[in-house]
Amino acid sequence: MRWPAQMILGAALTALFLAVALVSLIWVPHDVAALNIAAKLLPPSAAHPLGTDHFGRDMLSMLMVGARSSIAVALVAVGIGVAAGVPLGLLAAARHGGWVDELVMRGNDLIFAFPALVIAILITAVFGPSALNAILAIGIFNIPVFARVTRGGALSLWRLDYILAARVAGKGALRISAEHILPNILNLLIVQGTIQFSLGILAEAGLSYVGLGAQPPTPSWGRMLAEAQTMIYTAPRLALLPGLAIVTMVLGLNLLGDGLRDLLDPRLRRRTA
Amino acid sequence: MIEMQNLSLEIHGQPILRDVSFDLRPGEVFGLVGESGSGKSMTALALMRLLPHGSRLSGLATIDGADLTALSEAEMCDLRGNRIGMIFQEPMTALNPVQTIGAQVAETLRIHCGTPRAEARARAVEVLARVGLPEERFGLDRYPHQLSGGQRQRVCIAMAIALRPALLIADEPTTALDVTTQAQILDLLKRLVAEDGMALMLITHDLAVVAGMADHLAVMQKGEIVESGLTGAVLGEMRHPYTRALFEASGHRPDPPPAPQEKAPLLELRQVTRDYPAARRGLFRRPAPFRAVSDVSFTLRRGESLGLVGESGCGKSTLTRAILGLEELQGGEIRLDGEKVAAGQHMPAHMRRKMQVVFQDPYGSFNPRWRVGRLVAEPFHLTGWPEDTEGRVAEALEAVGLQARDAAKYIHEFSGGQRQRIAIARALITRPEMIVLDEAVSALDVRVRAQILDLLADLRARFGLSYLFISHDLSVVRAITDRVLVMRAGRIVERGGTEAVFADPQHAYTRELIAAAPVLPAHWPQGRTGDAGALV
Repeated sequence: MRWPAQMILGAALTALFLAVALVSLIWVPHDVAALNIAAKLLPPSAAHPLGTDHFGRDMLSMLMVGARSSIAVALVAVGIGVAAGVPLGLLAAARHGGWVDELVMRGNDLIFAFPALVIAILITAVFGPSALNAILAIGIFNIPVFARVTRGGALSLWRLDYILAARVAGKGALRISAEHILPNILNLLIVQGTIQFSLGILAEAGLSYVGLGAQPPTPSWGRMLAEAQTMIYTAPRLALLPGLAIVTMVLGLNLLGDGLRDLLDPRLRRRTA
Repeated sequence: MIEMQNLSLEIHGQPILRDVSFDLRPGEVFGLVGESGSGKSMTALALMRLLPHGSRLSGLATIDGADLTALSEAEMCDLRGNRIGMIFQEPMTALNPVQTIGAQVAETLRIHCGTPRAEARARAVEVLARVGLPEERFGLDRYPHQLSGGQRQRVCIAMAIALRPALLIADEPTTALDVTTQAQILDLLKRLVAEDGMALMLITHDLAVVAGMADHLAVMQKGEIVESGLTGAVLGEMRHPYTRALFEASGHRPDPPPAPQEKAPLLELRQVTRDYPAARRGLFRRPAPFRAVSDVSFTLRRGESLGLVGESGCGKSTLTRAILGLEELQGGEIRLDGEKVAAGQHMPAHMRRKMQVVFQDPYGSFNPRWRVGRLVAEPFHLTGWPEDTEGRVAEALEAVGLQARDAAKYIHEFSGGQRQRIAIARALITRPEMIVLDEAVSALDVRVRAQILDLLADLRARFGLSYLFISHDLSVVRAITDRVLVMRAGRIVERGGTEAVFADPQHAYTRELIAAAPVLPAHWPQGRTGDAGALV
């Protein structure tokens, strides 16, 4: 099996950030909650490999903990999307053409009609800014995406002979969806999950930029960007580093998603003549 | 004159073709016969230089002296569609679904001759009329999905012959078509060969088709031509054992099992009718429903093998699903062993257990993620899982000629014929009384088909099974059934003992079907070497 180069790069970048986030759970070089004004805006050195910010906090530690919050939010949001969206999609495909299908699809259309980030801002502003509310706000918009992908994949499988064989064996739609359909659409879900993960990172960064994500003292890449705005001429490093972190993480996830799609998506598999 | 000399092909180091040599003469039909995997399609693709990545072609292929293997891609593009045309097996996937048929036929003209649009359209009308699609009935603005399979294949042929090529390659052109349509397409090809004086290379696995069409014949096995020559000579003498094996398998009939003793009916259908609601046209108008099955009645007795013959669209699949309890009926009733068959999942398990099914496509009939053991044991959902599931699975696999340890493998490790055996094992596992075989051998090669028919006959004798054998292939139905029903447009038009119906068909449609089916004569007159077309 030829592993595409882009996928290896994407996997490496993603793994790097995941590793950083996991390590930050047990150890960071410096405490991110401690302010040390005396050490503010230091250039990179041995003690602070990426320098310090305007409050004297170590940039490297901030990035590490920020990675943790971004990944946590995006991951749980994808989890919500999968947990709610996949069963809905399977249900809609099993009852294709009936009122359940219509209901699920029109519900999807309804959610799609709203601009995701604006509504997420609305939700977090109304219910109070916090990481949890950010997760819920982003998660809601993942549900119709997974429902649509699942339904599309499931519909093309329902017509196959082995599903008919399962019906002849007396199995009902629920059982068939769980035993036959779901394992065969996992490919599509994995690829979509990677893509939604990267979108979740971006959404979380956007929400914390406007102050509605994880609250201080928990660092977040988006908020680091917002705080660095005023110092863009004096200490560009403060904005560049979180920005680069976001870009690299999303790039890695996109490359991984594309690479996985090339490998896993049966429609794209090159057929040997 | 197109010549191939010692053509050899390797793909990623694997030898695919070895020293293939033959000639194609203008005005003559050349038949290339072989089973799947023999390399016959690859030969055609090698001639057209449409090979996949990693291919290495050696040898010589010349068209009127010009060496095809040495031409650049641009020069080959000039030739394809212009001097060499090709038609494929699946007409629906060979046509662009979003372009009209007129546009697709005109495209060939516009690419090669730079013909302006209006003139190309006019010539497209002429070409389509030549292939039997006159403009009055088939406007140029039709889309492929609005045509039937045979009509689509005619459009593909029109595209291929629009520029009167020197060679037309037909790769299994009629395999996906019904018997009567097949006869028409083959007649069309013969007529075009005679009118244009072009060479036709007909690739097929069906000896009967090639016997009726080809002047010269070559038999391919594993990438090599094992026998070739004039059709009459090859099929009359059959020097190579492989040719003989193919010939015998084509006409193979398993030994008939002893006549069923019981006369008790197992399956009874009385005036079964199934309608599909037609699509709504306007907001308030709903046209009359489409009647897929109309007033069908028949009885299947225990131990009997009943054939159901019909072309595509006649309603046999709908009828199959209704018998299996998967479709509702708008009229009539179906009784299995005296009990009424209710539609939907509410059919009681003890009834479902008595009826099992084997499908046509060995590649789509199984969940690719499950192991064989689990696949074969799936019908136990109906009867409850027995104590020794593994033992029963092993028993079923051995009954179909496989081994108990195959239960641990995945389905992709098996060939088409082996998969059909696994499908039969799956059908046997609940010890049913009746098996519905829905085109179960249509997708198999000739020799594998003969083996599966033998297996089915053997199982019927051993376990006292009844079969409902649905097929469009008359020769298969003749080989394995006791009685036959002929279905057309949702109705049964003829019924009777298989041999009686075939020997003396009463209904005009049955006669049409039997006349259209290509026949491979059992004995070829020895010594007649020049007379290929007259023996059908």
